[in-house]
Amino acid sequence: MTTPKATTHVTQNEALIFERSQTGRCGYRLPALDVDETPIDELIPSNLRRDDDLAGVPEVSEPDVVRHFTRISTWNYNIDLGMYPLGSCTMKYNSRLNERVARIAGFANLHPLASERDAQGALEVIYELQQHLAEITGLPGISLQPAAGAHGEMTGVMIIRAYLDARDGEASSKRRVMLIPDSAHGTNPASAHLSGFTVKTVRSTPEGQTDLDALRDLCSAGDVAGLMLTNPNTVGLFEKNIREICRIVHDAGGLVYMDGANMNALVGWARPGDMGVDVIHLNLHKTFSTPHGGGGPGSGPCCCTKELEPFLPVPRVVRGGDGFKVDYDQPESIGRVKAFYGNFGMHLRALAYILTHGRDGLREATEAAVLNARVIAEGLTSDYERPFSDPPMHEVVFTDKRQGRKGVNTLDIAKRLIDYGFHPMTIYFPLIVQGAMLIEPTESVGRQEIQQFVEAMRAIAREAQEDPELVRTAPHTTKIGRLDEAAAARKPILRWKPEEKSATA
Amino acid sequence: MANIPEDLHYSKDHEWIKVEGDIGTVGITDHAQHSLGDVVYVELPKVGDRFTSHEAFGSVESVKAVSELFCPVAGEVTEVNETLNDEPEKVNADPYGAAWMIKLRIDGGGEVDKLMNAAEYEDYIKAEAD
Repeated sequence: MTTPKATTHVTQNEALIFERSQTGRCGYRLPALDVDETPIDELIPSNLRRDDDLAGVPEVSEPDVVRHFTRISTWNYNIDLGMYPLGSCTMKYNSRLNERVARIAGFANLHPLASERDAQGALEVIYELQQHLAEITGLPGISLQPAAGAHGEMTGVMIIRAYLDARDGEASSKRRVMLIPDSAHGTNPASAHLSGFTVKTVRSTPEGQTDLDALRDLCSAGDVAGLMLTNPNTVGLFEKNIREICRIVHDAGGLVYMDGANMNALVGWARPGDMGVDVIHLNLHKTFSTPHGGGGPGSGPCCCTKELEPFLPVPRVVRGGDGFKVDYDQPESIGRVKAFYGNFGMHLRALAYILTHGRDGLREATEAAVLNARVIAEGLTSDYERPFSDPPMHEVVFTDKRQGRKGVNTLDIAKRLIDYGFHPMTIYFPLIVQGAMLIEPTESVGRQEIQQFVEAMRAIAREAQEDPELVRTAPHTTKIGRLDEAAAARKPILRWKPEEKSATA
Repeated sequence: MANIPEDLHYSKDHEWIKVEGDIGTVGITDHAQHSLGDVVYVELPKVGDRFTSHEAFGSVESVKAVSELFCPVAGEVTEVNETLNDEPEKVNADPYGAAWMIKLRIDGGGEVDKLMNAAEYEDYIKAEAD
């Protein structure tokens, strides 16, 4: 005889809000009408009204709505719950202090069309942040307008193009090749392509560095506008030859763009401007601790040399008179790339982060980020294949080569990590590493949590040897097990439909 | 072990080509589909497009990544396998048959002879794995 099972409740799965709908249920009660009723036709013509009594809109009470969304929110994994070791994403903690600063009424309620005179405090914040970022990157020209990393990238590439047009005139049209290493972020070729460049790939050496001979060879054609380089690169290694790389590109008449996504490994220790880089974008939502994911919004300032400064987007926020002013008088500018001044709330948070840490604190944060990645590199080398032996910077890449012999691949390992309570790492990126697992702990995790992560990964490596099926079918502790990701991509269901309709559809 | 038919030619980019007269049928190898994982989308060129050897003629998206498809020899596209639009899973199920991707009128110049045969391709993927 089987034990009768009670109907499951909230610890189990949660229906969609549409499925919770009960005809006639609602979350409000209006008071009796105490004025004369006006016929609705006199207020809204019938051709502008729905006639289906809002069919399909869920009919739910207030507690239904609150509990529904609260339950779902508890299933979420978030940066306040635990580490988020996504490589090349720098998912660091977003401090409460930054949030508090961003909510100061004078900033939060300031209208974007407020006059220069009324917005002096906000302009000062923008100016201050510009000064700090210029010092951190060693690049004095700066615009905070771009709304995200790829946007900052495209702004940088447009600046390169405008500069070359001004420098070379007609001959600039012959420089339309952008060089990009094969380890680059996918947004780099997209930014170059959108700005009218043809992309050529620079291969990496077996040690994970940009191949200088391949670079020289590509530069010899005379059609190179520039190089887009990430440093540290996406396999987590510092480009040791960065000065030589910049020299080769400059000697060929091109400029060097640095993708600043991995700046968390450099802040306070090394400056792209000193390496010979001409233009860079920063991700405030990575390196400078503003929220990342969930729509952010992001912020991708663009920093450049004095030579490129005239081409930055307008308006520029500059010192003027007794205070700060918005300067549109920049005839060589590429123009505006974003409404108003960029995502100002993020500028506040980033400035709060920089001022809270100070010079020494920022150096320490960088140190801790690199140290944490190295602790993971050290802790996992006995169990996972590490394709590059140089000490990693802020992130480290492993592969599934050893586990692959038992039929366990990177996706399986990432899914199993969920069972251990961790958010998975970045998988299958960078593309040059077969079965890549890219791990970036950031400085926001302490030693205990790093150790737990290492232990979880080692436990999975043991399971892959002893019970590969357990790993192949993970996750096992989640409300929904392994999803059919291929079917979801091939035949996506994009919206809920009432059952009776979907049955006949 | 990957399936490597004897009657095809292979490129270092893991495409195969089957030559019949001056027409070549092109697809990706069993090894390639296995490395990519479940294929979810295939983007192919139009009839009449021309490609040189090693030029990207389309792309294939799997649950892991988007990868470019490289033309093994130069030629003009004469036919495109439209069924892959709706059934990209064929690339995993039958890479040498139902999932052929394009047919090309092959330019002269003996590029086919520079491609690998089955035995050479087998050695090539073995070497790549090490």
